[in-house]
Amino acid sequence: MSELATDRNIDRSRMQVSDNVAIEINNMNKWYGAFHVLRDIDLTVYEGERIVIAGPSGSGKSTLIRCINALEEHQKGSITVDGTVLSNDLKNIDKIRSEVGMVFQHFNLFPHLTILENCTLAPIWVRKVPRKEAMETAMHFLEKVKIPEQANKYPGQLSGGQQQRVAIARSLCMRPKIMLFDEPTSALDPEMIKEVLDTMIELAEEGMTMLCVTHEMGFARQVANRVIFMDQGQIVEQNEPEEFFNNPKSDRTKLFLSQILGH
Amino acid sequence: MSEHSFVRTEMLPEQAPPATSIGVIGWMRENLFSGWLNSTLTVLSILFIYYVLSGVIPWTFQSVWNAGSLTECREIMNATWGDTHHACWAVIKDRWLQLLYGFYPPYPAYPSATVSTPPPEGWLPSYFRPNLALILLFVALAPVLFGRVPRQLLVVTAAYPFLMPWLLWGGTLWVPVMTAVGFALLFGIAKYGQSTLGALGSIIAAAVVALVWWLFLSGPVAGLFADIIPIRLPVVESRAFGGFMLSILIGVVAIGISLPIGIVLALGRQSDLMIVKTLCVGFIEFIRGVPLITLLFVASVLLNYFMPPGTNFDIIMRVMIMVTLFASAYMAEVIRGGLAALPKGQYEGADSLGLNYWQAQRLIIMPQALKISIPGIVSTFIGVFKDTTLVSIIGLLDPIGLSQSIRANQEWNGIYWELFAFIALLFFICCFGMSRYSMWLERKLQTGHR
Repeated sequence: MSELATDRNIDRSRMQVSDNVAIEINNMNKWYGAFHVLRDIDLTVYEGERIVIAGPSGSGKSTLIRCINALEEHQKGSITVDGTVLSNDLKNIDKIRSEVGMVFQHFNLFPHLTILENCTLAPIWVRKVPRKEAMETAMHFLEKVKIPEQANKYPGQLSGGQQQRVAIARSLCMRPKIMLFDEPTSALDPEMIKEVLDTMIELAEEGMTMLCVTHEMGFARQVANRVIFMDQGQIVEQNEPEEFFNNPKSDRTKLFLSQILGH
Repeated sequence: MSEHSFVRTEMLPEQAPPATSIGVIGWMRENLFSGWLNSTLTVLSILFIYYVLSGVIPWTFQSVWNAGSLTECREIMNATWGDTHHACWAVIKDRWLQLLYGFYPPYPAYPSATVSTPPPEGWLPSYFRPNLALILLFVALAPVLFGRVPRQLLVVTAAYPFLMPWLLWGGTLWVPVMTAVGFALLFGIAKYGQSTLGALGSIIAAAVVALVWWLFLSGPVAGLFADIIPIRLPVVESRAFGGFMLSILIGVVAIGISLPIGIVLALGRQSDLMIVKTLCVGFIEFIRGVPLITLLFVASVLLNYFMPPGTNFDIIMRVMIMVTLFASAYMAEVIRGGLAALPKGQYEGADSLGLNYWQAQRLIIMPQALKISIPGIVSTFIGVFKDTTLVSIIGLLDPIGLSQSIRANQEWNGIYWELFAFIALLFFICCFGMSRYSMWLERKLQTGHR
């Protein structure tokens, strides 16, 4: 059994799932050329949910969450985010993107801007927030991810873990309703994984709606309210973490769990 | 305890490097005499450098500065040193103003006045207008090139494209002013028309209004204003332009305009829109596939066939357009290299924050792509600047063209090295300056690894 993501007690008082739908995916299909990557995906995410998506590499889990903010285009079916239907209309896409934060495996910070500028850029240009207010918001979130003292450095001067926390702060500065995490700890050294997971746990404690593609099963067990297992572009199994880990139903899930937890 | 087990009890202190690897001796041993092969090469190289310098230095510095013709020069050399292997800088002393300004009149208001015989009531120094244009060029460039220069100077930068032609060619001030009004209309409609006309509609409307203004209205309106408030400079014809001034003029215009056109072409080449992409690729490949000389001949000869009869489209203007198009095709490919070097994650990072295409390009992609392409961009700049000497082939009097016309004179017939050395020096100063600036800029924009 893998170790736990955090050793402290998680405050679950604000981790509440509401009845309001945050994301609704209906019968969604995606192809890369002739390759059928995502097949008949149906998924409803409610506000306040913390969903972990797991699965072997190439199973389409990253592609799924990248479809939600239109970094990838889906060819069939529908995706509705916070009441806005994702279509080819660029205005809709930009609206959804500004309300859905995304954290990438390789951080994707802007290396030519300081940490503070990374965090204020989108609020100033997309949300049209006054510069001073944007800077205050940015400092607030940088304090939250515990690196306010790095505000005037450039991303290249920070460690991987610090960069990923900046990336989380940068997304939060847009005051998103939903956060997507695409393998946020996969590119990090083991000693830095914990600081990023801690930041994500704090975010969960505040009731943020989160979709995480991750291999951190400790995080899934402690924080998620639902674990989704994908294979070959399909959702194979989903369940509450306790059931998912202790009593997996599908053979594929059992195989996958035995491979990643077995040693 | 096994013999491979080891625990360090104290950490090692930092030590100075061995003495043989530092200091002058260490450096020389390391870099010049590290083995018998390197030592031989070092000695041979020193001998070669000595051989070259022993020829060049006496030629350059044991030279004749005061003479009226090449024959006189040679007589002085023979009398002084007994041979003629010396530079005759007298030609530069005699003709340097021509090499710098061509046949541009030193006092345009007084066509008969020369530098040695200034007009009686003239109060401006000679060549005041081109010199002022050059000084203003540096003032206009300063805020663009250096971050510490006050931002207010950008006003000069914005005015310069209209001020410079007026200073050089003269005529009424209202022509450049009305041209600028056209740009104001263009940007005003494109910016404030978006709410009523939509993004694409406002751009089309702006382009149409601006074109109508430039083609049909700006001329008469400028004439009207010129009648009411006559502010004008004496006109200087294009055929008087020449010398290094002409090189700088064509070079600066081509460099300044090719960068934005190159950016647009590079973006167009990456566009998903089929027609835009095809047009950009076609333009780039065509221009890059054709020698500049061919384009210059098109500019000088063919272009007039396509113009309505009677139009006299200025030759320098035609050449500037061709050199600019030529440079922008190369620029587009250099910038495309920079764009290709950016990780895909930068586009995705910008997209995921909700920035639209132009915001992402302007704030995220271009600053990084241009930074990566600085060496290539400056190389292209330098190449274009040197290529301006090709205009001598179509009969414009740039320094090379002038050197031919100077040699056509009986006094200086047969003088080559001195003229070319002087021209080379002028170009070297400019190109070396650009090169140094680009290295400085690269260092300045360095923001840590990656």
